[in-house]
Amino acid sequence: MSVFPQHLDVEAVRADFPILSRTVRNDKPLVYLDSGATSQKPVQVLDAERAFYTEHNSAAHRGAHLLGEEATDAYENARITVAAFIGADPGEIVFTKSATEAINLVAYAMSNARSGRLHLGPGDEVLVTEMEHHANLVPWQQLCERTGATLRWFRVTPEGRLDLDDIDTLITGRTKIVAVTHQSNVTGTIPPVAEIARAAHEQGALVLADGAQSVPHQPVDVAALGVDFLAFSGHKMLAPYGIGVLFGRAEVLEEMPPFLTGGSMIEVVRMEGSTFMPPPQRFEPGVPPAAQAVGLAAACDYLSALGMANVAAHEESLTAYALDTLGAIGGVRILGPLTTKDRGGAVSFDVQDVHPHDVGQILDEFGVAVRADHHCAWPLHRALGVAASTRASFYLYNTHAEIDVLADAIRYAQRFFGAPVG
Amino acid sequence: MEPQSMYQEIILDHYRNPHHKGLREPFDAEVHHVNPVCGDEVTLRVSLKDVGAEPVVDDVSYDSLGCSISQASASVMSDLVIGRPVSEAMAISQAFLELMQSKGAGEPDEDVLEDAVAFVGVSKYPARIKCALLGWMAWKDATAQAMEVGQ
Repeated sequence: MSVFPQHLDVEAVRADFPILSRTVRNDKPLVYLDSGATSQKPVQVLDAERAFYTEHNSAAHRGAHLLGEEATDAYENARITVAAFIGADPGEIVFTKSATEAINLVAYAMSNARSGRLHLGPGDEVLVTEMEHHANLVPWQQLCERTGATLRWFRVTPEGRLDLDDIDTLITGRTKIVAVTHQSNVTGTIPPVAEIARAAHEQGALVLADGAQSVPHQPVDVAALGVDFLAFSGHKMLAPYGIGVLFGRAEVLEEMPPFLTGGSMIEVVRMEGSTFMPPPQRFEPGVPPAAQAVGLAAACDYLSALGMANVAAHEESLTAYALDTLGAIGGVRILGPLTTKDRGGAVSFDVQDVHPHDVGQILDEFGVAVRADHHCAWPLHRALGVAASTRASFYLYNTHAEIDVLADAIRYAQRFFGAPVG
Repeated sequence: MEPQSMYQEIILDHYRNPHHKGLREPFDAEVHHVNPVCGDEVTLRVSLKDVGAEPVVDDVSYDSLGCSISQASASVMSDLVIGRPVSEAMAISQAFLELMQSKGAGEPDEDVLEDAVAFVGVSKYPARIKCALLGWMAWKDATAQAMEVGQ
């Protein structure tokens, strides 16, 4: 029926997500275009998490009983699945509660490091970009405040790309770490992380990529990317809340001191002091979130069965259609790249003379769920010359028809507020 | 489609033609408030004068960036408080706060709140209550500071 190429059987996918069949305001069908904030969850993930609780629940890595063994196996098998999903070794996967915590883990571990390449102080530099989500900006600002290091940043071009003209002056022997998004949560921009990583490594700097918006949406291989760290969240990739991942290259994790300390991460504890486990346990204090890890592994399995290349191709088709459809509406300005080249499926836009809150409110009346604010990327909005924006973000369960509903709702909002359309 | 349940005509009128907008001299206190969720902001000045024993709101002027709800609310607020004794204006502010916390069930007193009764629909949308309160909170803060200066 559709004129669009079929990379996924979207109707079959949608049947796995019960929430997508509910109605919302005005009895409208839900048009969920806010997966950049959090994705919906398929029954396969919910069932896996529930099965852990109903059949195996106990505290992993402790307990002299069968359930303890089963919980430990479930948790460690989840680590193997997640590692395979991004081409890493299981020992390089640290479970955290979120991508935010994963990034903070590195930033705090660096301020705990007393020597070596993770140590930094006055004269050293941390390099970020103007495009970052606050989660990959504020922890580095704070690290610089704690250590006396200097924060520097790549600027953003008017098109919403990273301005790499200054790369040779920004990445120098003083740079200790480069923290860069692997896909902007606002403009969808996919910066050339591999190229940046090569330049950083030539200068001896470490590289962290924020994969919160990339790992859910495109095939990611940490070796090809060439980064030392990759942080991402489960809840944006069909998994439960409360589980995130820090990938760290084995040799870097090995020399990294802990951030959060306590039970499970220790080797020997005496009153005078303690020694710590090797990675990844060194970075996982407390009873681990085994059920959430199992849910994340089920999400990885679900995505792998569909094929991440197919997921990415479907989203690219949706994004191209959205860029065309919204771009054709007078008075609507799309933020960021206007083609799908090196661009993912977050489409933020400004409706002339209608505040994003008001756009979002009208869209909600049509059942269209979007985000309407600065999307935790305030400096990027400043750089693009807007205070806030409205964002539609797509995932494997979205359809081209939903983008038509979005466009109709935007036009209604323009009429309602008497906004210019030419 | 009933966006009118929130966007009553009174609100849209104030949004399109805000009253008392623009920063003016003289003033006793100036504040800058931001809604950290969306980045909306208001700079607001208050000027008080003593009439008898009680300070009266002589002028409220503001410059703001934000959605229709926050813009219209600041406009309605300035209409309501200018020329009133501070104690009376604070009572109106409290009545508006209670209306915003009413989850759509408030029965506002039009004699007290005048045009501000139009915001009853906003109280049904938790995400928008902060928008409606931005100007009011800035006014309360500025007035409290102006009272301290006066003492």
